[in-house]
Amino acid sequence: MDVLILSRLQFAVSTFFHFLFVPLTLGLSILVAYMEWKYVKTGDELYLRMTRFWGRLFVVNFAIGVVTGITLEFQFGTNWSRYSEYVGDIFGSLLAIEATVAFFLESTFLAIWIFGWKRISKKLHAWCITLVAIASTMSAFWILAANAWMQHPVGYVIRNGRAELTDFLAVITQKNAIMAFLHTVSASYILAGFFVMGVSAYHLLRKQNEPLFTRSFRIALVFALAFSFFEVAQGHLNGNMIAERQPAKMAACDAHWETMSNAPLYLFAIPDEKNERNSVELLPIPGLFSFLAFNSTSAVVKGLKDFPRDERPPVLLTFISFRSMVGLGFLFILLTATGWLLRKKLMQYPLYLKIMLFAIPLPYIAIELGWMVAEVGRQPWIVYGLMKTSDAVSPIAKSQVLTSFIGFLVLYSILGITNLFLLIKLIRRGPEATQLSDQTEEAAV
Amino acid sequence: METVWFIIWGFLWGVYFLLDGFDFGAGILMPFIAREETDRRKIFNSIGPFWDGNEVWLITAGGVTFAAFPGAYATMFSTLYSPLMLILFALIIRGAGLAMRGETENPSVRRWWDRSFVIGSFVAALLFGVAFANIFSGILFDGDGVFHGSLLTLLNPYGLLGGLLFLIFFLMHGAIWLAFKTENQLHDRASLLSGWFWVILTALSVIFLILTVFATDLYANYLNNPLLFAIPALMVTGLVFSGIFIRQKAWKKAWFASSLYIFSSTLFGVIGMYPSLLPSSIDPAFSRTIHNSASSPLTLKIMLVVVLIFIPLVIVYQAWAYRIFRGKVSGDISGYHEGV
Ligand code: HDD
Ligand code: HEM
Ligand code: HEM
Repeated sequence: MDVLILSRLQFAVSTFFHFLFVPLTLGLSILVAYMEWKYVKTGDELYLRMTRFWGRLFVVNFAIGVVTGITLEFQFGTNWSRYSEYVGDIFGSLLAIEATVAFFLESTFLAIWIFGWKRISKKLHAWCITLVAIASTMSAFWILAANAWMQHPVGYVIRNGRAELTDFLAVITQKNAIMAFLHTVSASYILAGFFVMGVSAYHLLRKQNEPLFTRSFRIALVFALAFSFFEVAQGHLNGNMIAERQPAKMAACDAHWETMSNAPLYLFAIPDEKNERNSVELLPIPGLFSFLAFNSTSAVVKGLKDFPRDERPPVLLTFISFRSMVGLGFLFILLTATGWLLRKKLMQYPLYLKIMLFAIPLPYIAIELGWMVAEVGRQPWIVYGLMKTSDAVSPIAKSQVLTSFIGFLVLYSILGITNLFLLIKLIRRGPEATQLSDQTEEAAV
Repeated sequence: METVWFIIWGFLWGVYFLLDGFDFGAGILMPFIAREETDRRKIFNSIGPFWDGNEVWLITAGGVTFAAFPGAYATMFSTLYSPLMLILFALIIRGAGLAMRGETENPSVRRWWDRSFVIGSFVAALLFGVAFANIFSGILFDGDGVFHGSLLTLLNPYGLLGGLLFLIFFLMHGAIWLAFKTENQLHDRASLLSGWFWVILTALSVIFLILTVFATDLYANYLNNPLLFAIPALMVTGLVFSGIFIRQKAWKKAWFASSLYIFSSTLFGVIGMYPSLLPSSIDPAFSRTIHNSASSPLTLKIMLVVVLIFIPLVIVYQAWAYRIFRGKVSGDISGYHEGV
């Protein structure tokens, strides 16, 4: 293991961990804001209880999202200093804008929301969580625009031995940025929807708080259903874009070795990277891969063999991740569509509720796999076509990275486990534990 | 343009230290002045609504270093790898402690979260001081940005003194904050301590400023341009007035005075380095300056527009948040627990 591998592992561990919390923040903030506005508009106490129950879970999740985000901001400098110097002109500004425009808003108004129940008017209070939702969506946009630039650099020239900005609008309005934003944000909405449905299912199975949880379930169902359909359709466009802009990634997504027209998609395949072929290929659907890539069954798709070996991403990992993400995408449609049919009589279908309870981890898996496709599939480039990952790493001692990597593993394991237990505890207790008491009234005076 | 950005850079670090400084200080003080659970709750309640917003100033200071001076960002954070990682870990356990302590009813678990909050505050405060003192005196890196020292070379006497100085800065600032926000015994203990910290801080500042003559080149800029002595004058003003207001028990004013002291001290160091952002102690030719590490004029221009619009806005709504949560805090169950 050298500095490069260790830095990559460390970066992968810390981003994956951060992204366990991000999507729930993005999706749940919107759901909670919706519930609170419903309360403000209708005065129905049930919505207030919903807001407080889901809001409590939101806050716990958010806190871990915040503390794990800070390390990422600095790791570009600590572990990828060559990269930072080379692209900071463009990439750094997007990160800085994210902090100034979004993070301040997010953290300040969330704190007011948490502590301000008795200090500001109901309307203003609902505005606070709305601003949190808006700010976290903005933050997602800026960071994804930065990442999109790594996938497909635009609006720059190479000058003074580095990439310098020439066209800011091109950077933030490019197709990759918009696509990644839509794809990631709707993935997050699916995840939040499944989270709310799964937790509601848990209580419905125990016949606790039926009115509150059936209502929560239905709100989340509509949300998840809409975005599950959207995600698959939009994912297809994502595939088109990748086929055009990162052909090596596309070929790896489907373990496609030979350049050919009318390329089939094998429902089952096992890539064999050493021998540049698939050791097993079963159930071909003729022309489907050509169609996925270029919307035409007769289109020519470039195979991996036509890329030099050192410009191919790791095939097996990319392939499995892509497959599973897409499979899960269709599964989400199936699950939410079933839910739609059963929505009026959920209590009569405990099996469905049980499935939804155990489905909570699935969108998490899909999302992390999606990042695997995007990031591993980009290798060996850190900035596609411009800079290799191996040239990006900091000139630091291996012992330093090893120590910090172990530190991350230990710390994040503890954080992950305690957070999981805490969430389970809060979920088990249900809404009773989160009501405004009279005691807090005094506290606010 | 680069100079404007240099000033913004110093400004952001200054604001960060003055804001997160009081919650660091309050955190380190907790085991010494909180006798009962209600005392601890008061301390948490007094910083609960603010610490995250304060920490974003750090993220912004880091982000702006990256955006405006990528060369300096790259060299600074990779040469200071080990202390920075320790700071990050400290900030993680600190934030986790703050967020989680209210979520548990089990006193022994809560005690662990309290410890992680206190240790995190202490380590971060100390290492920020060590890091900045080292930056002022120059870091052992070559023309390629390769670091030739170790964590131990950073823990030199001047660096350690810087760490101590930051600790006392934040302790005084935190004690004043707690005296301002609390009542009864907790208030009495905090106000007593703030007086003592003021004395220690004054002594330590003098020693530090004298050693600075030998350890760094910070004074050169001031001697070349005597107008800049306005900044040390601000420092003296801040220090003197915080002493006076502490004696008068005018806590709000004392807090502003100590804020001024922390802010102008940060600025003092930063301006002293100009035009360097990160001096090399191997050869000044290797130093990262605003000339050899700045972003392109276009990026600087775009970022300037962003900062000029959004930073004032942030200051307005953060000030509003401080207003909403004005007044003394209670020791009731609160924090993330009461809130939601
Ligand atoms: C698609 C969205 C997304 C992605 C890809 C990332 N983040 Fe993130 N980040 C968020 C969306 C987000 C958020 C939704 O805004 C968070 C998550 C939970 C939270 O509290 O805010 C957040 C928090 C968060 C914070 C703490 C903000 C605070 O204190 O309020 C920092 C410093 C970062 N992130 C930095 C990063 C960096 C450097 C990333 C790249 C590797 C990154 N994030 C990936
Ligand atoms: C939050 C979701 C993300 C996940 C799960 C993720 C995952 C990964 C993984 C697995 C790697 C290692 C790939 C390899 O070395 O084979 C990686 C590398 C990297 N990613 Fe991401 N990433 C995420 C978001 C981002 C974003 C938003 C950015 C930039 C703004 C980014 C920048 C990088 C950089 C700089 C590297 C290191 C160089 C490299 O190995 O390519 N990542 N990421
Ligand atoms: C079935 C349909 C789907 C298709 C065709 C699809 C397609 C793609 C493609 C081609 C990429 C790579 C984009 C890049 O490298 O820039 C990607 C990335 C990703 N996918 Fe999917 N996807 C689908 C479903 C899902 C689902 C259901 C989720 C999660 C709930 C998901 C989450 C992600 C994430 C988080 C990324 C990385 C971010 C990005 O680059 O946009 N995808 N997807």
